[in-house]
Amino acid sequence: MAFVPGQPVTAVVQRIEIQKLQQGEHLILGFSIGGGIDQDPGQNPFSEDKTDKGIYVTRITPGGPADVAGLMMGDKIMQVNGWDMTMVTHDQARKTLTKKKEDVVRLLVTRKSLEDAVKHSKGCYPRK
Amino acid sequence: MQSPTVMEAGEEVLQVLGVCETVEEIKDVIVTTTEEDSNTNSPPVASSGPGTKPSQDDNWGETTTAVTGTSEHSLSQEDIVRITKDLEDSVGLDCRRYFTLTLAVILGLLVFLTPLAFLVLPHLLWPERLQSCGTACEGLFISVAFKLLILLLAVWALFFRPPRAGLPRVFVFRALLAVLVLLFVISYWLFYGVRILDSQDENYQGIVQYAVSLVDALLFIHYLAIVLLELRQLQPCFSVCVTRSTDGETRHYNLGQLSIQRAALAILEHYYCDFSVHNPALLSASKSRAAKHLAGLKVYNVDGEFPAAPAEGPGNNAAAGLAHSQSRAMIAAAARRRDSSHNELYYEEAEHERRVRKRRARLVVAVEEAFTHIKRMQEEEQKKAPGDVMDPREAAQAIFPSMARALQKYLRTTKQQHCHSMESIQQHLAFCITNNMTPKAFLESYLTPGPTLQYSRDHWLARQWTLISEASVTSGLKDGTVFLLKCVDFSLVVTSKKIPYIQMSEEYIDPKSHKFVLRLQSETSV
Repeated sequence: MAFVPGQPVTAVVQRIEIQKLQQGEHLILGFSIGGGIDQDPGQNPFSEDKTDKGIYVTRITPGGPADVAGLMMGDKIMQVNGWDMTMVTHDQARKTLTKKKEDVVRLLVTRKSLEDAVKHSKGCYPRK
Repeated sequence: MQSPTVMEAGEEVLQVLGVCETVEEIKDVIVTTTEEDSNTNSPPVASSGPGTKPSQDDNWGETTTAVTGTSEHSLSQEDIVRITKDLEDSVGLDCRRYFTLTLAVILGLLVFLTPLAFLVLPHLLWPERLQSCGTACEGLFISVAFKLLILLLAVWALFFRPPRAGLPRVFVFRALLAVLVLLFVISYWLFYGVRILDSQDENYQGIVQYAVSLVDALLFIHYLAIVLLELRQLQPCFSVCVTRSTDGETRHYNLGQLSIQRAALAILEHYYCDFSVHNPALLSASKSRAAKHLAGLKVYNVDGEFPAAPAEGPGNNAAAGLAHSQSRAMIAAAARRRDSSHNELYYEEAEHERRVRKRRARLVVAVEEAFTHIKRMQEEEQKKAPGDVMDPREAAQAIFPSMARALQKYLRTTKQQHCHSMESIQQHLAFCITNNMTPKAFLESYLTPGPTLQYSRDHWLARQWTLISEASVTSGLKDGTVFLLKCVDFSLVVTSKKIPYIQMSEEYIDPKSHKFVLRLQSETSV
């Protein structure tokens, strides 16, 4: 998941569609995010590369919309409804996810197990 | 004087009573009690010393071993050597010193009397033709007088100081300056003689101005002398590393641009203040180990040739080859032998350390207790009890016996007993009592070996030093200069390194540029 500046980022992603749940007067998604370009990347427990300033899923409310949709803890969110999430501040990410006018968010998330699965299916083991 | 508080066996009584006697007797007492302690570490102090009494220990003859050269005996023999050398050399040095002194005095007199002579001679030789001295001319007299006074004081301050040492070669700068002054004065006299005396010039003011110019130039030469002799070596240029050859104690000093002999003098003055006193008794352990290594293997040649002849000259190839093969064989055998001397060393040192610490603890307690027996008398008490009053020396003698034994044992364990005589210990005790020092302050000079200056004159052991150098001793210090300062017991190895040229650059930091942000790691739920 490390990136080389100036080169396009490639990742194996999973598309997850989450329906927002109305709770009182808020629409909630049922997970928490951490990370962002204005945050300290060294404190992210889920990233492999400790300089990765992307948005990560840090907590999932069990039984919430995100859990139902298949989001897992530790996923890195690459896109939300087409908006890029790899180079945003923490607040920008929060705002993108909690737009009042949208009641469904389509996320592209990536995780290590996805890449491993693709590699396995290709038939070649990761070379050391 | 109260009797000593501790009295156990008969031998210990002998020891305590022997405390107040001369150093010679103390050596004998050490002989006997060393046997009782069965102290295998200490050097065979039981080797012969001047004035030993064999009746003190019947086994004395049987328990002596080979002389290792570090006993008290060797110390006194070196003393004799040193005294004879001093007698020989003192005559030669004094002659040289007086010779330079007389030369300097003659030059000084010449320099001071020259302006006065310039002023006085016209009045003596052609007084009737001389123009009278006007106001400006008389003003110049005052200036000549004061400048001469300043010159006199300056020369006295710079040159007429008691010499600190006798150096092997002449001071190059001083000699050059003396020659310069001499040439200068001679040239002035020449000019004076030819242009003024011969022609009998009547313009007295011109003559006075000439004398004033002489004194001015002399003051400038004195300024040159200050710069060359004093100021030039103040800026540190070299870092010298001084190592003592016997125990490796090393110090580093910064020196300016000096000649080798002056650098050696500066180093010696630092040596007496900084290096701890040279204690030959501490080297005995390593010497005995080395002797054991040598004695461990002996090479016998069974082929009948004589290997004892040392290989001399290139023609003696057979013997040289023999010696080579012998040494190679010895090295190989020593490598294969299971050597356990490192083990012995380790346990010896641990044992010694433990023993020193135990004796030190006893000593500290004894001294603290002794110090509680006396206190300074207040003014009011003076009227009450006039009988028991003691001066510091008597007070020291009163409390000394209670700590004498512990101190003696400690000094013996740390092999410092020859540095301190009973008289000097009592004097030090009286000094500490007078100045209200604590027991810890009193003990400090015995617990750690101090610099050589601290001990009495006869422990300085050498005032005659030899400078051994490959470069000429009047040449300046350079990077990588190595020379030796040898005295009777040891030598100081000195190496010098040039202090590198330091390139410093600046970086300006705006005080307002110190700004900080918090490291964030927030988690938001969506």
